[in-house]
Amino acid sequence: MVPEERVLNILHLDLDRLSWKKETRADLGDYLGGVGLASKLFAERWRPTMRPLDPEQPVVLAIGPLSTVFPLVTKTAAVFHSPLTGEWGESYAGMRLALALRFAGWDALVITGRAAQPVYASVAPDRVSFRDARGLWGLSTEETGRILREWEAGRGHRSIIRIGPAGERGVAFAGVNVDTYRHFGRLGLGAVFGAKNLKALAAYGDKNFPIPDRKAYRAVYDEVFRRAVNTGLLEKYHGLGTAGNIMVLDGLGALPTRNLRQSRFEHAARISGEAFAKQTLLRKLACPGCPVGCIHIGLYRRRFDTGHEYESTALAYDHELIYALGSLLGIGETDGVYALIEKVELLGLDAITSGVLLAWATEALEKGLLSADELEVRLAFGEPEGYLAALDRVVGQPNDLYRTLARGLEAAAHTYGGRDFALTLGGHEMAGYHTGYGFLLGQAVGARHSHLCNAGYAADQDLGPDFDAGVLVDRLIAEEKWRQVLNSLCICLFGRGLWDRETVRAALECLGIEAGGSFLTDLGDRIFRLKNKVKREMGFDFGTLRFPRRCLETPTLQGRLDEAVLKDLLKRYIAKAGV
Amino acid sequence: MARVLTVKHMNRCIACYSCMLACTRTVSGRFSLAASAIQIRTRGGLQSKLAADVCLGCAEPACAAACPPEALRPRPGGGVRFTRARCDGCGACVAACIARVIRMDPEDDRPIVCVQCGACAKYCPHDILEMAAVREGGA
Repeated sequence: MVPEERVLNILHLDLDRLSWKKETRADLGDYLGGVGLASKLFAERWRPTMRPLDPEQPVVLAIGPLSTVFPLVTKTAAVFHSPLTGEWGESYAGMRLALALRFAGWDALVITGRAAQPVYASVAPDRVSFRDARGLWGLSTEETGRILREWEAGRGHRSIIRIGPAGERGVAFAGVNVDTYRHFGRLGLGAVFGAKNLKALAAYGDKNFPIPDRKAYRAVYDEVFRRAVNTGLLEKYHGLGTAGNIMVLDGLGALPTRNLRQSRFEHAARISGEAFAKQTLLRKLACPGCPVGCIHIGLYRRRFDTGHEYESTALAYDHELIYALGSLLGIGETDGVYALIEKVELLGLDAITSGVLLAWATEALEKGLLSADELEVRLAFGEPEGYLAALDRVVGQPNDLYRTLARGLEAAAHTYGGRDFALTLGGHEMAGYHTGYGFLLGQAVGARHSHLCNAGYAADQDLGPDFDAGVLVDRLIAEEKWRQVLNSLCICLFGRGLWDRETVRAALECLGIEAGGSFLTDLGDRIFRLKNKVKREMGFDFGTLRFPRRCLETPTLQGRLDEAVLKDLLKRYIAKAGV
Repeated sequence: MARVLTVKHMNRCIACYSCMLACTRTVSGRFSLAASAIQIRTRGGLQSKLAADVCLGCAEPACAAACPPEALRPRPGGGVRFTRARCDGCGACVAACIARVIRMDPEDDRPIVCVQCGACAKYCPHDILEMAAVREGGA
């Protein structure tokens, strides 16, 4: 078990009073950090009687004991009450936030209350200052970052996280942009920040820490580093990045296209990872402490006038963005995808939800469920211009239709119809893997209804169409529980292949944290249960899960899916999960 | 021949900071960025290029010349050797360094000086850093 003396430093920010206090907790070491710690702190503080955007609802950000100390341990976990689903909100971001919190000496931040006017918080070791941010309200994420860089210390080693107009205006799927190229994207953390009048948060620290066992530390560090750099384990991320999935999934017949009317895209090659890399890749970036550099930055260059008049932007691209803002909208050229990526970046929206919502709206317009007049713009698959204009309106909310769209797809389909082709699972817009039963069930039952809960898409690819139902369900449960451990340590899930149980134990032991026996297994189980308990209190019910008919109509890599099989799998999951 | 740290291909940097962490881990046995003798920074946000502040390995180091107790002495082949026991923490070396890479360590009020061990270069995944013979006539 963890040593009793492991005291965690929790920073509480009270935006009602613009005050802060440090709390030291010696009783939470068993949660390690990250999502375990954040879940516990959230469960202690959240108010069941209040709605997600009530100022009293807490936001918890947390890092883990290995954060930045070891390669590929780069994420910061966020737990909050999601305004999109009305239940458990959980998101992860890379770049420099974990590094900055580590060197500022904070294991977790708990943010409550609502500032009387827009503010930003600057977090340093043993000190927090608040600054009037009224002047920043309404600014894009990029411009906000530019201005805060002028104020904040620690160039290159600090983190500046901020919301855009979408978060300010309460769009239920607004995200928080982290250091230009990464995000707390999913489930609406940006709207929660906006409801708290918190435009941004900056963190920087210059603390340092002794290494208890230098020899052991070096041995574990070197082995993980060597495997990350010199073996093929992470080749996919060194090379094309996640965008390499586009051609793989298209080849499998698992790439959602045109609101999932198709699972293959005839223009996949034109928006593939290969195409983005060959035509546009500028360079790669890494999260601090990770030698891989999976963040692919491309050049979006366009002519704005006759002659040699060009403007350009450097944007990060990934599989999920290319799926949601590319194939799902029928957009088959990199410039169109880039235009939409830039738009969601500047407004501060979640890219996946934005794309899935627009894909549904396109079809709903075709079917006459939405009024062309109220929509104000023409939406058609393959045409970025209408989507760009619609996204501005989702944020601006000029009428009832857009006010509804700003609440997410579940709300829109509930109001306007078209639920059969509204691609949500557990109220969360689906990710870009139409692989089969494992993905559909996995995203629906996962604590945050994300493909990152239990990797059902990987189970589909591994188990194939002739899978055993019991094996599939067991695998999803085991994967979700193990991910609680990885996410408590804030290990990047791209690096999960490097971080097996033995490596995790060895790394923790270097820092004096004993994690032998069944500790890690028990931890995963405990967090899994805690999350599901809070979810139930938030109103989640496995019995109300629905699977959009469209997901059953369009073939997956397992072929066309049978609703009876899916229902049987769900029944098995409920029985076996024990939550 | 003694070699000094050289930045060869800065445009290849991915800002993984493995070099900085290697420096502090190896030289001072700490987990730290601030105590690293090499500093990777953005030039102005992540859309800009990255920059590496490293000891230039001067053949005739101004920091050593400025050091009253001779805690810093020229190192054969470039750069300096630091004798901690001689240092009184006056900070003259900080002011003398034209590249502004020497900083005082708040932990012990002594300068953070590159010892030219090459640990940072060893952990650079893109071979940006290299140990090379110092150029004729100085850095």
